[in-house]
Formats: sequence, structure tokens, C-alpha cells
Amino acid sequence: MRDPKFMIRNLTKSYGEYPVLERINLDIEAGAFCTLVGASGCGKSTFLRMLLSQELPSGGDILMDGAPLPQQPTPDRGIVFQRYSVFPHLTVAENLIIGAEFAARKLTGRLFGRARKKARDDVAELLETIGLSPAANKYPSQLSGGMQQRLAIAQALTMKPGVLLLDEPFGALDPGIRNDMHELLLGLWKTHDMTIFMVTHDIHEAFKLGTRMLVFDKLRDDPVTPESYGATITYDLPIDLSVAPVPGANGETDETDGMNFSTALMATMPVP
Amino acid sequence: MRIINRTLSRRAAILLGSIPFALLIGAYAIASHLRRIDNPADKLLPSLSSMGDAIWRMGFEADKRSGDYLLWLDTVDSLSRLAVGIFISTMLAVGLGISIGFIPHIRRGLAPFVATLSLIPPITILPILFIIFGLGETSKVMLIAIGTAPVMIRTIAQAVMDIPRELIIKAETLGASTWQMITRVVLPQVMPKLITAIRLGLVPAWIFLISAEAIASTSGLGYRIFLVRRYLAMDVILPYVAWITLLAFILDQLLLMASRKAFPWNHLSGDSL
Repeated sequence: MRDPKFMIRNLTKSYGEYPVLERINLDIEAGAFCTLVGASGCGKSTFLRMLLSQELPSGGDILMDGAPLPQQPTPDRGIVFQRYSVFPHLTVAENLIIGAEFAARKLTGRLFGRARKKARDDVAELLETIGLSPAANKYPSQLSGGMQQRLAIAQALTMKPGVLLLDEPFGALDPGIRNDMHELLLGLWKTHDMTIFMVTHDIHEAFKLGTRMLVFDKLRDDPVTPESYGATITYDLPIDLSVAPVPGANGETDETDGMNFSTALMATMPVP
Repeated sequence: MRIINRTLSRRAAILLGSIPFALLIGAYAIASHLRRIDNPADKLLPSLSSMGDAIWRMGFEADKRSGDYLLWLDTVDSLSRLAVGIFISTMLAVGLGISIGFIPHIRRGLAPFVATLSLIPPITILPILFIIFGLGETSKVMLIAIGTAPVMIRTIAQAVMDIPRELIIKAETLGASTWQMITRVVLPQVMPKLITAIRLGLVPAWIFLISAEAIASTSGLGYRIFLVRRYLAMDVILPYVAWITLLAFILDQLLLMASRKAFPWNHLSGDSL
């Protein structure tokens, strides 16, 4: 049994005097695909940003591979945001080689001539995988939303991170495109040996993709000052696709946003 | 069809755009003609032909005293002052603007200072510049630089701060150092806004240039129009004003074209003036 990839102990996060997240204790095994769900404002994105070190915990510890997380974002954790994930001033191919350029040229951060050509050749296969070879010299704003997100995922993968963090990556995409993206992401997850955390609003997506679902909600509620308690992880569900039917797999679509998330979840949860 | 949904051909657009100019020239010609009926030697609204003569005299006949072609001498002198002044403020805008916008310590240290400097009416420090740098080129260039730099620095600093944080985070996860982020992410992202800042900075820059030349100079477009003012030489002043306007317009359009050419990714959507 390997040590867990992440060990999270008594993690809290507050803004000023208002707690957002509290008392989070979690072990995440390497190679897990964790989906993070919960109502808006329940702190799931905050949790993801702490895993990225974009924000620092107010209390508690996050250990990655047994060591405390670095205090700032590092290449061992890739990120894909819902928007603004790729560089608009670089073409598709340039977006994919910029990580190699940073590593190779400390001063200019730019490759020229033969080295640049080699870097471009190195990403040719990745371009093929994400189906963007014909668009290699286009700018991101010339691509569709789905293509941009494929590029963003591929760009994060160029650093071969052990952890991939996704913050509602498909939130702005059409359902059809979203399905294609799911296939792509699952394929990349299997071939790249990564631990994935993905924030999503779509509970069907969470069941479909994840091996483990973390549900964020408030356990304690003060009716007078609702902001005085933070959310925590209320359910930590292993998802075994071989026994559990995927809710929504038969085409049902229910809108769970806005309801008390635990209630909504219980309604859609597979009976163990 | 609603008027907001009607588009027009390029020829119609040019025609429509030239109407106000034609009206202005026509109105001038009529007013000038009426005044010269009363007084053939009228100096206030000279005829278009006498302005044409003045242009010919200033641009294509050597000055009797110095042997120079005054219009071109003035143009070269003024434009080089403008270029040096704007170059200095552009360098300051890039260096300080990016530092202030990107690095919190420098922002806390310098932003209030630059904000205060930008509130000094630049023309009020012209006497100080004349005292420190003398009446030569330096004080004129310095006036343009000091007059335009603070606003340009603030514009660029704000442009840097407006870069979506996601892009900076992304660069960090791709292993970029602060310096690499400046050269590969921040600088390219603010370059189009730098061009816009230069275009907007040129407007006050012309004012400072003409003012400085009017007060203490021996050449330049501003010097010339304030010199011939003593002789009520409207036939020279009006073409000079038109020439300055044309130069300003050409510079502005060249910068816009340069931006479109160099940063196509920034002009893919939307119309720009």
C-alpha cells in the first residue's frame, strides 16, 4: 500500500472572521479522480485553489507526497480554469511549447531556430491527441470553446504534472462537446498516471468521471448568522462504476443547482 | 430597415466622411471671399490661393536669410523632439508600469508617488526645466516626457493588473520565473495597450511641444506659427495648423496599423477606432 498522494489534516480557510471551509481531513490515494461538488459558495473552488497554492490555508496542513505543499503554484500541479486558461497572444503550438521554453532558457524564456523546431515536433503527438493539429498556428480566440479547453488541458499536461486540477473546465461548453471532453479527459488520465481533482456543478459529470466524489456542504448552520460556520466535506463517496448505475445515464436531466446540495445529492445517489 | 442595421460601402463611407471637411473648406472660402470684397488686403481670412503661395514659399523655396526650406526644417525639428520625448516616456511606461503593475512591493512603493506626479500640470514646471536645462533641446524633450510619462505609466500598470490572474497562475504552473512571466506573458499582453497609451499620449505631447517651441526656440512648427503671428500671417499659420493636424493623424494611424500588424491576436474581434 502506497502512502497517500495527499494527506489533509484539519484544514480550515477563512476570509477575515468568516470561515469558508473547516475541519477537513482527507487522504487521497495517488491516481484518484476526485470530483468536487457542492452548492455555489460552499468552498469547493477555494479547496482547489489551496491544492494549487493559489491560496494558503488559514489553519491545518496539506501534505503532498509526505511533504508540505509549496507556498506558491509549481509545475508539479497543473491547472485548467473555466476561462482564461491559455495565452491569447500565443498560437496553439506556442501555447504548448512555452513550458519547455521556460525550462530551457532562464533569461529569455524563448527558443529559436532548431531548438524551437524540435520543441514543436515534440508536441506534435499531443496536438494530434487533442485533435488540434490543423489549428496549430491559430490563436485561441479563433478556436471554439471546446477546442480552447482541450488546448488548456494539453498545455497543463506538457509539464507532466502528477496532479491535475480542473476548476469547472467544461462549465461553459455544450452538452455534446462536453461528452467528447469527458472521453478525452478519461483517456489522458489513464495514460498519464495523474491524480485529478475536478470541481463541477454537474453531478452527473461528477459520477461519470470520478473514482471518488467529495461533497462540500455546511454541517452546522446558524439561522441568524449563516456566515458564522464554514463548509466541510459531508460525503466522501467511492464511486465504483461496475456496480453503481450512473445517474442520468438514461438521459434524465434534473437541475440540482440551488437546492440544498445534500438533499439534492441524496435524491440522485445510487443505493449502495 | 432600421438605420442602425444599414451598412454602407467603402466608397459611400469615404464620401460621407469627406462631407464635413468639404463643408468647412467651402464655408471658409465663402467667408474669405466676402471679407476680401470689402478689403482686398484682408489678413484675417486669406484666400486659398494665397495660402497655397505661402505653402510653396515655406516648403519649396529656400529662405532668403538662412537658405533653409523652412517647412521641412520645422517639421523635422518638431518631429524629432516629439519622438525623443515620447520614446523616453514609452521606456518609462514599460519599465515602471510593468514593475508597478506586477510586483506588489514596487507598487506599494511607487504607485502613490507616480499618481501624485501625474497631477502636476506639466506646463507649470516648464520654467523650472528652462532654468535647469537651459533653453535648448533638453528642456523641450523633458517637458514632453514629464508631461506624458506619468499617465502612460499608470495606464500600463493598470493594464498589467487587468491581466486575468488565471494567466499568471497558469504561467507559474508552467514553471515560469517572475522575469520569464514579464518577458513572455506580461509584456506581450500589454504591448497593444502600450500602443494605445502612446496614441493617447501623443495628444498632450503635441501641446507641450508647441508650447515649449512657442516660448523658447529657434525652429519648429510651434516656433514658426508664433513667430509669424507678429505679422498676422494667417496665410502661413492656417496651413501650418492643418499640417500639424495631418502629421498627428498620420502618426496615430501608423501606430494603429503597427498594432494590427504586430498583435493580430488583439484585433481578431471588435472594431477599433
